[in-house]
Amino acid sequence: MSAPHTEPVTAPESAGEAELAAYNFAYLDEQTKRMIRRAILKAIAIPGYQVPFASREMPMPYGWGTGGVQVTAAIIGPEDVLKVIDQGADDTTNAVSIRAFFQKVAAVRATTHTADATIIQTRHRIPEHTLKEGQVLVYQVPIPEPLRFLEPRETETRKMHALEEYGLMHVKLYEDIARHGRIATTYAYPVKVHGRYVMDPSPTPKFDNPKMHRSEALQLFGAGREKRIYAVPPHTDVVSLDFEDHPFEVQQFDRPCALCGATHVYLDEVVLDDRGGRMFVCSDTDYCETRQAEGHVGEMLATSEREAAE
Amino acid sequence: MSDMPLLKVRSLSKFYGNRIGCHDVGFDLWPGEVLAIVGESGSGKTTLLNCLSTRLMPSTGDVQYRMRDGDYRDLYRMSEAERRVLMRTDWGFVHQNPADGLRMTVSAGANVGERLMAVGNRHYGRIRATASEWLSRVEIETDRIDDQPRAFSGGMRQRLQIARNLVTSPRLVFMDEPTGGLDVSVQARLLDLVRGLVSDLGLSAIVVTHDLAVARLLSHRMMVMKGGHVIEHGLTDRVLDDPREPYTQLLVSSILQV
Repeated sequence: MSAPHTEPVTAPESAGEAELAAYNFAYLDEQTKRMIRRAILKAIAIPGYQVPFASREMPMPYGWGTGGVQVTAAIIGPEDVLKVIDQGADDTTNAVSIRAFFQKVAAVRATTHTADATIIQTRHRIPEHTLKEGQVLVYQVPIPEPLRFLEPRETETRKMHALEEYGLMHVKLYEDIARHGRIATTYAYPVKVHGRYVMDPSPTPKFDNPKMHRSEALQLFGAGREKRIYAVPPHTDVVSLDFEDHPFEVQQFDRPCALCGATHVYLDEVVLDDRGGRMFVCSDTDYCETRQAEGHVGEMLATSEREAAE
Repeated sequence: MSDMPLLKVRSLSKFYGNRIGCHDVGFDLWPGEVLAIVGESGSGKTTLLNCLSTRLMPSTGDVQYRMRDGDYRDLYRMSEAERRVLMRTDWGFVHQNPADGLRMTVSAGANVGERLMAVGNRHYGRIRATASEWLSRVEIETDRIDDQPRAFSGGMRQRLQIARNLVTSPRLVFMDEPTGGLDVSVQARLLDLVRGLVSDLGLSAIVVTHDLAVARLLSHRMMVMKGGHVIEHGLTDRVLDDPREPYTQLLVSSILQV
């Protein structure tokens, strides 16, 4: 207790600035960002190719989006507007903590509106609102290698990518049809990018695959644990693999969203009670809220609002 | 038979450090011909087979293969991409242990169809029809098409492996102890099947075996190896009925007579 009132040596006068000064802008040091940007540039130059990079430890566990966070940290600037979604929702744990992380270490503006965002970091969904030129979609990827469960040897899968030997990918689809009568793969559905590399679009539902095709936005994929970055540049062909007699098709829903009445969107099933009650709502919360604000009403929204009024 | 050999092997050697894998092997293989390589364990049979099938790089020597367009290519000077295409279209490799040559976790139909899909076949119905036809050709009931090979007996697995290799109608098949680990009656059926397929399809084959009965049934010519050297080489019936080398005589006389 010799000097209880002494300030820490490095702390500047203002406490608010001290908190920020403890980190470089956007958490990563500039050399690391530079290394990641080089990997991103290479990934953009070779669409769909998995570029190795020296993934860093991040202040969150693997599987929580360490790859996506590093990519976002490397490309984000003070003028950017960030949106973070997890399974389409802006308000789930993963999305909330990553958004808070960047507000703290980069002091950027955050939004939930897809159209306003310049960078959207996502886990498992592509927003329903069509992305525009200038926007960047950053995916969190758990397993970047589409051939992983078919061929466990990484040396072999790399060779297969290099020599464009993708027959094995169709073996998986063949198995699906043989077992289920149709292609039963519903997420992480393999795609061929720019007519060359077969790519795992991260575990997005195959419903979102057509949105990747010739998208105006830049799409970046970061896998932190596996230390790989890959990319789909704007206006690039992204074709889902299929058979001539079993063409690719997306999931169909037989009812509209229960809150906003939207059709042709991806719906989540929400269990309401233990007697079989359930509702289907938009997985994209921003899209659903925007529609509700515009006056669209789903069948269950009316009930709940009446109840609230009573 | 065509008047040009399919495979020309010249002074092929493989050394493992100071030890000899195989030394100064040379022969021609003609279209439609089955060559057996026999010898005891450790005599260099499998090393030779692996070198010929480019799974192993030899220390010296070269192997010329006559491509479908009639040109000879040096196997060891081809790019890896070309070699891999050759291995999955024009060649087959039947492993002693079917688990090495099959994908044990996908169905029999997909195992047979894999090569078709690898060469760009994208029609499910046609792939399945071809797979089913090949299963019946190797005497596997077609209702087993969706079962995984791990549910198959040893003999069925070996037949499935053969179907998987022959589906792209290769011209040259390498077999490494194809009947090893099978009981005698299953061996007899398999040999019968292979003999039928080889003559129907006009295949050339190189069969490695330590079982002289297999060599007698399948092959036209045979090479006897000992300590990495080919010590005797000739028509199968000649070598087995009238062996010249003392070692071959010993080998032939050690067959159990029942």
